[in-house]
Amino acid sequence: MTHGANRNRTVSAEGVARVEGEGSLRVVVHDGTVSDVSLDIFEPPRYFEAMLVGRHFSEAPDITARICGICPVAYQLTACSAMEDAAGIVVSDRVQRLRRLLYCGEWIQSHALHVYLLHAPDFLNCQDAVELAEREPGVIERGLALKRTGNLIMETVGGRSIHPVNVRVGGFYSAPEATAIAALKVPLERARDEALATVRWVAGFDFPDVNASYRFVALRQDGRYAIDGGRPISSDGLDVTPQHFSELSVEEHVARSTALHARLDGRSYLTGPLARYSLNQHLLPDVAREAARDAGLADTCVNPFQSIVVRAVELVFACDEGLRLVAEYEPPAPAAAEAVARAGTGTGVTEAPRGLLLHQYEIDGEGNIVRARIMPPTSQNQLTIEEDLRRVVEGGLDLNDDDLRWRCEQAVRNHDPCISCAAHFLDLKVERS
Amino acid sequence: MSVDTVLRPTLAVWKFASCDGCQLSLLDLEPELLAITRAVRVAHFTEMTRAHVEGPYDVSLVEGSITTEDDAARIVEVRAQSRYLVTIGACAATGGIQALRNFVEPGVFPAMVYAHPEYLRALDTSTPVSAHVAVDYELRGCPIDRFELLEVILALLAHRRPIIASHSVCQECKARGTVCLVVTGECACLGPVTRAGCHALCPSVGRGCFGCFGPSEGANVDALMEWLRWHDHDGRSLNRLLQTFNAAAPVFRDAAVKVATPKQRSASVPTTKEST
Repeated sequence: MTHGANRNRTVSAEGVARVEGEGSLRVVVHDGTVSDVSLDIFEPPRYFEAMLVGRHFSEAPDITARICGICPVAYQLTACSAMEDAAGIVVSDRVQRLRRLLYCGEWIQSHALHVYLLHAPDFLNCQDAVELAEREPGVIERGLALKRTGNLIMETVGGRSIHPVNVRVGGFYSAPEATAIAALKVPLERARDEALATVRWVAGFDFPDVNASYRFVALRQDGRYAIDGGRPISSDGLDVTPQHFSELSVEEHVARSTALHARLDGRSYLTGPLARYSLNQHLLPDVAREAARDAGLADTCVNPFQSIVVRAVELVFACDEGLRLVAEYEPPAPAAAEAVARAGTGTGVTEAPRGLLLHQYEIDGEGNIVRARIMPPTSQNQLTIEEDLRRVVEGGLDLNDDDLRWRCEQAVRNHDPCISCAAHFLDLKVERS
Repeated sequence: MSVDTVLRPTLAVWKFASCDGCQLSLLDLEPELLAITRAVRVAHFTEMTRAHVEGPYDVSLVEGSITTEDDAARIVEVRAQSRYLVTIGACAATGGIQALRNFVEPGVFPAMVYAHPEYLRALDTSTPVSAHVAVDYELRGCPIDRFELLEVILALLAHRRPIIASHSVCQECKARGTVCLVVTGECACLGPVTRAGCHALCPSVGRGCFGCFGPSEGANVDALMEWLRWHDHDGRSLNRLLQTFNAAAPVFRDAAVKVATPKQRSASVPTTKEST
């Protein structure tokens, strides 16, 4: 603490930019210690869980896609998985592999967007990617090319990249032709090289020295880095079914947020790239593990500012995994399992680009939705993001308000919160009274 | 500040109740994005930049519907600051999927989702931007087509009218040679009454159009519903088909009411009784 004026203050950032959605951040400093940190989410509520009641179970993938335009595939495929669980529909292996390829496209699109357009400018002292593009010619172009490849995969498999039209409960409306999928090979090979260059680029950024004690939660899939399903596991030994996880994770409605706050066994936890990498890095393909090692990452990553490196490593993985799936592609026939309604309750979990996403539905014998529960990654991460903010403010009290505000915004962007998802983001106030 | 910065037209992007997908369409113009940011000055776009330039703005792109009192006031301010106000997407044009609340009793939806509805400050309805302020141009779609967005930006830069089709998805199917799903009776399709712009994507993968671009000009939705009912599509599923991303577009809304019998309608839209 260098000067008295900083002992009491409030820092606020209204409309934290470069996150999707609207939110605001308020930090109160009293007598040199942080007395309150709150992430207020003022995104207007849209009531998806209510809109779904009374709808047919086949409609959930298209309706829930509209929760988030950045990760619609996550919503569609999680809804499908939950409905298939509820109605006892068994999906073919070929369908599941095609879904995974579609999901790789969304990871590439979303991670390239976040790394290049939303997150990297923070590390290079730029207001945005346009300023960065002027300073480092060619770099943003590389990010946009990567992003395009992600979108190309979604367009090829899903029909369009934002709110794909080809996904249905049981599988797909039509299976892409083998030639169309084979045509993704060359762009994906180029994208994998671009992703490797991305890892080298972001590994050279200056990172504040932070060692957080996170409680990580991610999905574990047999033999593979989880994307499209799996069992929720945690860094403190949890290993449960999706259904059990939904019972352990409790969401609370607080006054300052239209996004619910989730707790697991009463405590905060973190999902997303840091959790996935720290719990599952041994399942990454060699090319991604080598890239991670060359970038200086250990087997776990507990520095939230290095999440950009982890996202870049996951870009390498998603491109490599996409290439594997393209090489092995056989059009599913039929393109979808028959989706016959059956009364029941089903739970679906997948790894959205920003973390674990859970859907749970109860449907009646005619396929009408009786109850819907959707737990997006941002609600699950929100308490941990607030803990990060407290640490950043405590360690940065000698910064001026503008610099501290930027550092706080960065601390939020580290976790790529999608506020549209969680009701959904940001507006910072530092109050130093 | 360079001369270039002063002379470039300013572009602002505003978000209301929405999923962010339509503004993402601007960033999805990957090969064109940097050329666009050289041609216009991005003055406000929180999804892309921390920088904020005070208005007035030459062009404002508005995503989302109006669902709170604060947003109802904010859109008036955006209008006052904008030479051209262009709405992007179904939420801004018709109220979006969140307009389903317009059809149930106030308070029902909030109580179904939130433990403390009293914490919320939201209106009972979701309304289009045009219900609040004058709109210069509406781009349709859930989501919009990014090339239509590019066309609007180029047209405004050149001071000409955008060239955007107002006919129906039907014509797009014919143009790409997709066999008609309404004629073959395979599935219900809103293509005959839905505005073009998606290049008839859904029929191309063998599913009926679900109307995400909203009604086409002069759409006779009742006639299509009659035809589909005659072809054994039940009222309830047709009602659901019309009640999605443009549920509150007047011709979709009215036809949805007509096509469902009262019993079926009450089953497809939650009421206070059913929710308790």
